[in-house]
Amino acid sequence: MSHFIDRRLNAKNKSTVNRQRFLKRYKSQLKRAVSDAVNRRSITDIDGGEQVGIPSKDISEPIFHHGQGGTRDMVHPGNKEFEAGDRVQRPEGGSGSGSGQGRAGKGGKGEDDFVFELSREEFLDLLFDDLELPNLVRNQLMGTTEFKTVRAGYTTEGAPSNIDVVRSLKGAIARRTALGAPHRGRIRELEAEVEQLLADGVPEDDSRVVALREQMDRLKTRLAALPFIDTFDLRYQSFTKQPEPTSKAVMLCIMDVSGSMDQVRKNLAKRFFILLYLFLQRNYDKIDVVFIRHHTIAQEVDEQEFFYSRETGGTVVSSALNLAHEVITERYDSGSWNIYAAQASDGDNWDSDSAICRDLLINRLMPLMRYYAYVEITPRQHQSLWYAYQDVKAAHPHFAMEEIAGADEIYPVFRELFKRQDA
Amino acid sequence: MPDKLISDSSEWSFPLLKRFDKEIARIAQDEFGLDTYANQVEVISSEQMIDAYSSVGLPINYHHWSFGKQFVSTEQTYRRGQMGLAYEIVINSDPCIAYLMEENTLPMQALVIAHASYGHNSFFKGNYLFRTWTNADAIIDYLVFARSYIAECEERYGQEEVELLLDSCHALMNYGVDRYKRPSPLSMAEEKRRQAEREAYLQSQVNDLWRTLPVDPSGEGGGRHERRFPEEPQENLLYFIEKNAPLLEPWQREVVRIVRKIGQYFYPQRQTQVMNEGWATFWHYTLLNRLYDDGMVTDGFMMEVLQSHTNVVFQPDFDSPYYSGINPYALGFAMMRDIRRICEAPTDEDRYWFPDIAGGDWLKVLDFAMRNFKDESFIAQFLSPKLMRDFHLFQVRDDDREDTLEITAIHEEAGYRQLRQALAEQYNLGNREPNIQVYDVDLRGDRSMTLRHFRHNRRPLGDTMDEMLLHIRRLWGFDVRLEAVDEEGRVQLLSEA
Repeated sequence: MSHFIDRRLNAKNKSTVNRQRFLKRYKSQLKRAVSDAVNRRSITDIDGGEQVGIPSKDISEPIFHHGQGGTRDMVHPGNKEFEAGDRVQRPEGGSGSGSGQGRAGKGGKGEDDFVFELSREEFLDLLFDDLELPNLVRNQLMGTTEFKTVRAGYTTEGAPSNIDVVRSLKGAIARRTALGAPHRGRIRELEAEVEQLLADGVPEDDSRVVALREQMDRLKTRLAALPFIDTFDLRYQSFTKQPEPTSKAVMLCIMDVSGSMDQVRKNLAKRFFILLYLFLQRNYDKIDVVFIRHHTIAQEVDEQEFFYSRETGGTVVSSALNLAHEVITERYDSGSWNIYAAQASDGDNWDSDSAICRDLLINRLMPLMRYYAYVEITPRQHQSLWYAYQDVKAAHPHFAMEEIAGADEIYPVFRELFKRQDA
Repeated sequence: MPDKLISDSSEWSFPLLKRFDKEIARIAQDEFGLDTYANQVEVISSEQMIDAYSSVGLPINYHHWSFGKQFVSTEQTYRRGQMGLAYEIVINSDPCIAYLMEENTLPMQALVIAHASYGHNSFFKGNYLFRTWTNADAIIDYLVFARSYIAECEERYGQEEVELLLDSCHALMNYGVDRYKRPSPLSMAEEKRRQAEREAYLQSQVNDLWRTLPVDPSGEGGGRHERRFPEEPQENLLYFIEKNAPLLEPWQREVVRIVRKIGQYFYPQRQTQVMNEGWATFWHYTLLNRLYDDGMVTDGFMMEVLQSHTNVVFQPDFDSPYYSGINPYALGFAMMRDIRRICEAPTDEDRYWFPDIAGGDWLKVLDFAMRNFKDESFIAQFLSPKLMRDFHLFQVRDDDREDTLEITAIHEEAGYRQLRQALAEQYNLGNREPNIQVYDVDLRGDRSMTLRHFRHNRRPLGDTMDEMLLHIRRLWGFDVRLEAVDEEGRVQLLSEA
């Protein structure tokens, strides 16, 4: 009689560990595939899962096998017109009609890429692997919001669910031993006396023996009456709350939407910010993001507006910097906030304004900032803003600038700006 | 008689499965005398089937990235619909575990029960290779041991270290079998008991080997070797490495051993594909037809079974785009049926070719064949001229010194014997896999190991050779040389690592 078992409700993901190991092993190849994918994607679906490929030869598991050449005899089915002794041309492609080793359905994979699907989580993990916000300081003990519960030894009172059984029973044993010790000592003395009497030839029913026996029994009863466990023995695990240093951070995204930023450049800038935004959302639970866009005047806008609105005009970069400064002084005290900014522009600015920007940054903004990243989207020559910003970079090491010429440079530049810095 | 009908539904349920199992068991055991291990039938979902697939069909296994790779690719092709999952996986264990997929219809479940739980099961229990090489009642325990041992090693020595070692062992998995010596039986208790003492003992053995080197009295003069080590070339590379590699830690030797033992467990399966599948297919066909003859299943049921059966035993011609070698199901099934035919209705030709079995008791002959052969000898013994004609078999010789291929034999009187011999050779593992042996170890000098590839028909090694040498080097710890020996005995250095 066979035994039937329904296993359908058992865990399905027996292979998860193996899958993770596989991904880990081919991380570098996968990263390459992921960065290619990011460049290819449209703005709206940049964070989906992804089909990635790894060249088959990179992940093959070698075994000894025969190569081409030598003499091989093969038997095939389906002869139609051959006679013994016939000679036929070699089929194209060398090895001819399959390896014919009776391994139906397993051969024939060829040199194609090994392609498979990464989930959204896995994709983003790889995408933002090894990136961080530079110079983040976690030293703010802020009021009562962030606590971590830690063990703090044992106490004599607490909730029943926190009783530590082992500790309590250890205490009970110690108490029983301590309280019982005098009685047990006395019992041993009495026993010795009884034995002495009996050895001296005193009969069992002698009054002295009976009296001693009675005394022993009383003591034994008292020993037995010692409670196995007493409220006195109970020990409770104790927990206390420690305040956790946390970091508060804000990212200011400043984008140029002036007329000189044509559709292509705006798209590049938006891609950059979307990447940044995804990165922040994914890797930092608590982070404020402030969106500022500017042409001749700067405006603080919401996420939707920032990425999708089409407003445009001339260019005055300092307007955005002024607004940024205002926002910071109003809402983000640089003592308790880590302040970051990322700016994207084509570098085209109202001529005399670049110098103003430089002074604004050097004197007012940079001292408040942890890190400031400037991305110039320009396939042509640098304009005044770039040179002005070079002065800023010289004055403040936590100012970084990069340029992007096309979509395929966004992700590498992004990685460069936010790569994990060795402590 | 409709009252005998088991069910006319195509939806399965546990009571129905049990009913089918009972009927199939009755016919299989009482009527045809199939001797099986106890059966354990597990119903699983398709995701679980993919899981089972990717651990090479074993119910538990240690963790390794290559199983993850297998999983990823299976899942992918399955999702795209490029591949149906095999509808059954069966494990050579006692009790014999077979998986049914929940998505299948009742007729398919019945077919799988007959195929796996009675066909494969009786083959596992009866065939001499399985009896010799595997211990059905110990394999699951051994896998549990292997899994926890390797997990422990990962904890102690780091996951990467273990992974690299396993990579190298997997590469040599096919070279971990003594082809001619009977292995000692496996058991978990035994393994655990002996493992600790083996660690210590093994290490001392190895140390001995390297310590008691005789001091060469004659210095450089007296020829490099009076005596080779090993004295005879060794075909079991993993065993040789496990016992003799100078630098392996005891736990590394144990890991080599685990891979070797699992390789050994699969060794009979690699040699009995045609027979095993043919036997199981023959029995599901025979058993379900009997159910139909007895009126227990409907016409619709049988149609579905036959359609699936026909797909399984389909053999495309060599010039078909679907051709990828001879289908072991097709050949095996045809041969089993043919043996029955030779017994029941022999022709004159059969009497001439098979005087011993023509007209005999087909059950006894089939049982004898199942127990005592492997693919190579089974084909050499039982492939009949009629089958060679039915399959239109022909032999091609591909000699790289000639511009054209030569058809050396076809399905005709003059070709039968040669054709049969050639097909049997094709299933000879010794021909399919390059013959590579440990030839020498330089005990006095640089401890380098020399492997020799004994060429057959001048066939060279494939392009993985250099990579393989690196794996062997990783295990051996010193230089490894690979030489080729051709049929005239000329030696040529192929590669060094």
